Amino acid sequence: MPAVVWLVLLFVVPLVIMLSLSLKTCNPASGACTMTWNWGELPRQVNLYRTEFFTSLEYGAAATIVDLVLSFPIAYWIAFYGGRKKNFFLMMLLVPFFVSFVIRTLVWEFILSPSGFFLTFLRHAHLVNANFHVLGTGSAVIAGLAYNYLPFTALPLYVALERIDRRVLEAAYDLYASRRQAFMRVILPLSIPGIFAAFLLTFIPAFGDYVNQQILGGTSSTMIGTVIQNTFLVTGDYAAGSALSVVVLVISLVGIWLYSRVLGSRSIEEYL
Amino acid sequence: MSVVAGDATLAGEGRPEPAAPAAKRPHHWGRIALPAYSWLVIAYLVFPIVVMFIYSFNKSVGGVPQVSFSWNGFTTLWYRTWNDAPGLTSAFWLSIRLALIATAISTVLGTLLAMALVRYRPRQFHGKGVIEQILFVNIAAPEIVMGASLLGLFVTFNIGRGFLTLVLAHVMFCIAYVAVTVRARLTGFDRALEEAAYDLGAGPFTTFRRVTLPMIMPGVLAGALMAFALSIDDFVTSNFVSGTASPFPVLIYASTRVGIPPQVFVFGSVIFAVGIALALSSLAIGRKRT
Repeated sequence: MPAVVWLVLLFVVPLVIMLSLSLKTCNPASGACTMTWNWGELPRQVNLYRTEFFTSLEYGAAATIVDLVLSFPIAYWIAFYGGRKKNFFLMMLLVPFFVSFVIRTLVWEFILSPSGFFLTFLRHAHLVNANFHVLGTGSAVIAGLAYNYLPFTALPLYVALERIDRRVLEAAYDLYASRRQAFMRVILPLSIPGIFAAFLLTFIPAFGDYVNQQILGGTSSTMIGTVIQNTFLVTGDYAAGSALSVVVLVISLVGIWLYSRVLGSRSIEEYL
Repeated sequence: MSVVAGDATLAGEGRPEPAAPAAKRPHHWGRIALPAYSWLVIAYLVFPIVVMFIYSFNKSVGGVPQVSFSWNGFTTLWYRTWNDAPGLTSAFWLSIRLALIATAISTVLGTLLAMALVRYRPRQFHGKGVIEQILFVNIAAPEIVMGASLLGLFVTFNIGRGFLTLVLAHVMFCIAYVAVTVRARLTGFDRALEEAAYDLGAGPFTTFRRVTLPMIMPGVLAGALMAFALSIDDFVTSNFVSGTASPFPVLIYASTRVGIPPQVFVFGSVIFAVGIALALSSLAIGRKRT
């Protein structure tokens, strides 16, 4: 099968090469790498960029939680009360995807910029004080991540809620459950696989993202994605970059592995 | 990835449609607070697009063709000179070409893979489990890891980076999405129809073209649409493997350091308008059919 060959040559083999590169020593000037079985590189890099790893975990988790809170009610509303307009509302959730990811992030820079018309307006309306600023802080990065990845959270939640068999809910009401009880003891437990899928599908890309941090975070609070990008494309230290990428991959795989352990590996695909 | 989720429901197959309003009539907060909140979230999603549209009419400062944060007055200059930003138009066409090629290749390969995965049992098809794991990890892996590892591959084997490496990379990350999308549609496929075609004297090729393909077409189209959307908007992987050829998102990102040409927002606004128009008309057509 040609598809398998393609995936093996351009996905599996590169990952193996990345693993071996992380054990090599590279000369950034010439780009030449020699195998030195340098097992120390991995822990050394993790130690060196510990802050960046924690920042990424923190921002990724914060953005994911914001997204879960923002999108659960709307996913619930569309799934249960969307009626004939369901498809229209789902398209509204996808609206950001009609604008290029980089442009979307750039627009947030314009929205949050102190000299942009939005903050100028808020200042004139005395809704924020004169020295209010967001751009260049961690909050701006979290806001950007939350905006960019919201559909990744909302759609799996919608799929999970939509899938709940209405007869089960009816049975709960027949057995004199109140709305609150029906929600807490039927709807919420049945949507848990969807909540976990939404968490993973949002957290993994947000954790590895560097565009939001570069455009909205300025020089403060660097994320690990930025470090990886720089070691590969600016300093050209492939060994260091590979070691860091391996750690990012392992962190993501642990999440995926835990999910498939508990809920089965095919079940996450149902939420894509 | 989200296109599929939306799309699965467009078809609405296989799920019990709530004939009666089983979820009870919405409570008072369900009638007012929940819709109000939902519309607020939608407004939040639309708001940056409105801002982009407004800024596409913003005058620049001192005649320098760069976007400026402050509002300097209304102009349609950037719409009239849409083609004048250095490299922007050619980057746009490069992205379109790249997306079309990547979509064509990944749709064919992904569809074949999906058919193999659905038809053969693990005993007939060695390594089926491994292939499924690869697809799963491919979809879930962070893009930065894929981009970085591809760069490592191309550097190790001394492959010059350009349009070809972009195609290789884009097909790689589209195949799994196409395969998963097509497979979701294939599970209810009735193989007796193919056997009937064979019994009526059709060869394998005719059977595929006249029976199998028309039946799986909605899934294949959904997969192709998804591949196109993923490819045209890809930044992270492309930035690692593009080398001298800059696709649209890579060029815009690079321009953030030297000054963004105002035509970027013109392109963004027009692409958005065309995309929304296409999506709304396909929704309307879908509604008419049912």
